Amino acid sequence: MMHAFETLQLAQLAFPAEMNNSVLAPYLFVSAAMFCIGLIGFMTRKNMIIMFLCTELMFQAAGLSLIAFGRHHLGSDGQTFVIFVLTVAAAEAAMALALVVLLFRHRESLSASAWKELNG
Amino acid sequence: MMTASILSSFTSFVSPAMVSDASGDHGGNASAHLANMVEHVGIGPKWVLLIVFLPLLGFVLNAIYAATSNKTKLPAWTTIALLAASFIATLAMFLSYEGTPYTVHAFDWFNLHYGDKSFVANFSFYVDKLTILWMLFVTGLATLIALYASEYMSHDIGAGYCRFFAAFGLFVFSMSCLVMGDNMLMLYLGWEGVGLCSYLLIGYFYKKPSAVAAAKKAFIVNRIGDLGLALGIYLTFVHFGTIQYAELFANETLHNYINAAAVGDFSGIPGEAQWIALLLMIGAFGKSAQFPLYVWLPDAMEGPTPVSALIHAATMVTAGVYLIARFYPVFLISENALPIVAWIGTITAFLAATIGMAQFDIKRIMAYSTVSQLGYMFAALGMLSTTGAAFHVLTHAFFKALLFLACGAVMHGFAGQLDLRKLSGVAWMKGWGIVGVTMLIGCMNLAGLPYITSGFYSKDMILAEAFITPGYRLIGWILVITAIMTAYYTFRVFFRVFLGEQHAEPGEDFHGDDKSDFHPHAPGWAVNTVLITLATCSMLAISLAYIDKAEHHGWVGSMVAESTASFHSPYAGAVYAAHGGGELHAVAGPVGHAAPGTVLGMDAHKGMILVSGLGAIFGVFVAAYFHGPKGWQGLFVGGRTEAGKCRMDAVAKRMGPIPRMAENKWYVDEFYAMVLVTPLRVIAHVFHWIDKLLLDGLVNLVGFLPRVFAWIIRPSQSGVLQGYAVSMVGGLAILLFVVLVVVMRAGGVA
Repeated sequence: MMHAFETLQLAQLAFPAEMNNSVLAPYLFVSAAMFCIGLIGFMTRKNMIIMFLCTELMFQAAGLSLIAFGRHHLGSDGQTFVIFVLTVAAAEAAMALALVVLLFRHRESLSASAWKELNG
Repeated sequence: MMTASILSSFTSFVSPAMVSDASGDHGGNASAHLANMVEHVGIGPKWVLLIVFLPLLGFVLNAIYAATSNKTKLPAWTTIALLAASFIATLAMFLSYEGTPYTVHAFDWFNLHYGDKSFVANFSFYVDKLTILWMLFVTGLATLIALYASEYMSHDIGAGYCRFFAAFGLFVFSMSCLVMGDNMLMLYLGWEGVGLCSYLLIGYFYKKPSAVAAAKKAFIVNRIGDLGLALGIYLTFVHFGTIQYAELFANETLHNYINAAAVGDFSGIPGEAQWIALLLMIGAFGKSAQFPLYVWLPDAMEGPTPVSALIHAATMVTAGVYLIARFYPVFLISENALPIVAWIGTITAFLAATIGMAQFDIKRIMAYSTVSQLGYMFAALGMLSTTGAAFHVLTHAFFKALLFLACGAVMHGFAGQLDLRKLSGVAWMKGWGIVGVTMLIGCMNLAGLPYITSGFYSKDMILAEAFITPGYRLIGWILVITAIMTAYYTFRVFFRVFLGEQHAEPGEDFHGDDKSDFHPHAPGWAVNTVLITLATCSMLAISLAYIDKAEHHGWVGSMVAESTASFHSPYAGAVYAAHGGGELHAVAGPVGHAAPGTVLGMDAHKGMILVSGLGAIFGVFVAAYFHGPKGWQGLFVGGRTEAGKCRMDAVAKRMGPIPRMAENKWYVDEFYAMVLVTPLRVIAHVFHWIDKLLLDGLVNLVGFLPRVFAWIIRPSQSGVLQGYAVSMVGGLAILLFVVLVVVMRAGGVA
């Protein structure tokens, strides 16, 4: 059985050095950019498939920053979490696309504004 | 002040008697007799249960007949057969009674034990001679009246007939529970049961608004009394720890109280124990129609006549007398209860008689005479004469049932006609002879004609008691005057309706017959048989006054003496012994100037026979003078000029408003309406609107606020998906901003 100290030493063998802040920053910039693109796309587009893709983009942006932080702290939590997020995203994609197909069949349109009468 | 002098009657009378009795056969202890009574309560034979449960079976069978739409007289015959069997079982109970009280257990009901205490009230029955006395006339009269009703109710064969006899059976069951129960809870069960049956049967003609109103009135007025009874039972349990008769009357505390009361020392008896009797008394006043709760009984005449005869004359209304007689030991320990009972009884007797004199509806007259006679019974109870009360209950049960049934026969034969101004000479009509003769016997008994009627003996016993028991002389004279009034109003009915020229205007109740083709139909064999039997019983009851006369003042006295109602304590023994010798004066000497126990200088009983006998004859003579048939004018009496007119009319005119006020029942109902009903109704309306506006308003407001809030924020649900996204992001931004500010304030990111 290996002690926690030995585990840390092994990790340092695989990843010779901790990422310092200057290495971490580009990852986070990319992640933030992806998230903002997704967010803006979600808010501005009316095509339901595009909107759905934008949400996926935001998902992946969040996942990227999780992995970057995980690497930064030399932990495996971030990566584990991202695997769960991917799984949930896959399941959600299956559901959401099926819903989009159904909605399309009703209105012959992919526009979200076709369902405007679902108001309060 | 008055009460105080009456109180002294009990106390001052008892103490010397105690002394004289110490060497006698009563053991020198006021409660010894009672202790003997309940010392060896045995276990009775199970067949006694038949008396109670056969009438219940009648109720069940009649319900089944109703469900199967029976259209025959089967309900009547079933009920008669079962009630007759119940009566035979009662006779067997009477004949096999061996002198010791016993209980019969049907099944466990309440059997709770906690700590060293317990609350036990089983479905069990207690049999002593008081029970037997009551059950004999309850089941006997129920059988006879069911036979009468089989003919009387025959216009309603079908659902109504079944309903009538079902309620009839349930009534007899409830009455049996009331009389035979071995604990106060059984008594209460029966008490409420008879109240329910009374309600159901008064409202039998439920399509008639006046009958429905009368039924409700009877039920509601009785509730006031029932509250008193319920509280009395509660207090009994709280104070004595038991509500079972055998345990209660053997209770040592109770015996200590009785012994203290017997020497006039009420100071050691807690007020709580004294209140029991006062509360039970209120219950008795409600059920037995005593002032001020008597108003329901005259209205109860809206029910079919057999019901009036059985429930509202012979049996149920005597439940109050039974209650007081049964709990006499409890009444003895209360300083005020018995004097109040005596005075209320007297006031009721007099008041009801004055109203009865001015009524024109013959059933109402009989109803007021019932109230009046019940007043006599209560007066007797209050004057320490349970024997007189029980004897009067018995004779009254016979002759008043007879009078009601005879009136019912007239009502039935003349299409519901009850106005004595519109009927005349009925006794001379073809087929009405038996009704006429039996009615005469009933009237003689109610009037109390000397020596030839049983009503005379029982009333005489009560009147004499008023002069024997010191402090009650005023009551005695009021009751004598009431007796004269009774004779007058009774024979007023008889002379006007049954004698004189034949004349009859039918009523409004034709049962579908053609009005123009009306002819009175004379009663059939069932009605005549019952009338003859009751008249015979009324006459035979005279002999009861002579059985055991020397020892117990009649057969009823011997029955009462062997029960908890016995007032055979040293006090009474001394009084009766004193009749022979001069001891009475020694006993009662200090009480007043006039030696008690005398009337006009004679022995009370002998004097009363003279006074009340002559009074009754005088009353009949007055009735004959004003209302006698025209043919008698040669004999100075005979005041009637034609069927509906009489000498009284002119006299009544000269009496100013008094006859009209009496006819309108002294406006007591109007007074109650003004003082009680109207204020309650106003309060009910006020609460109704408070409920409607304030409470409902608050509840509705709670429902209304979320709707207003929703109406305000609803436009934000635009249906535009991007809008939702923007608001989500905006919300997130605000949240982030707040978090950042908080973190900065807290010292920034480390």
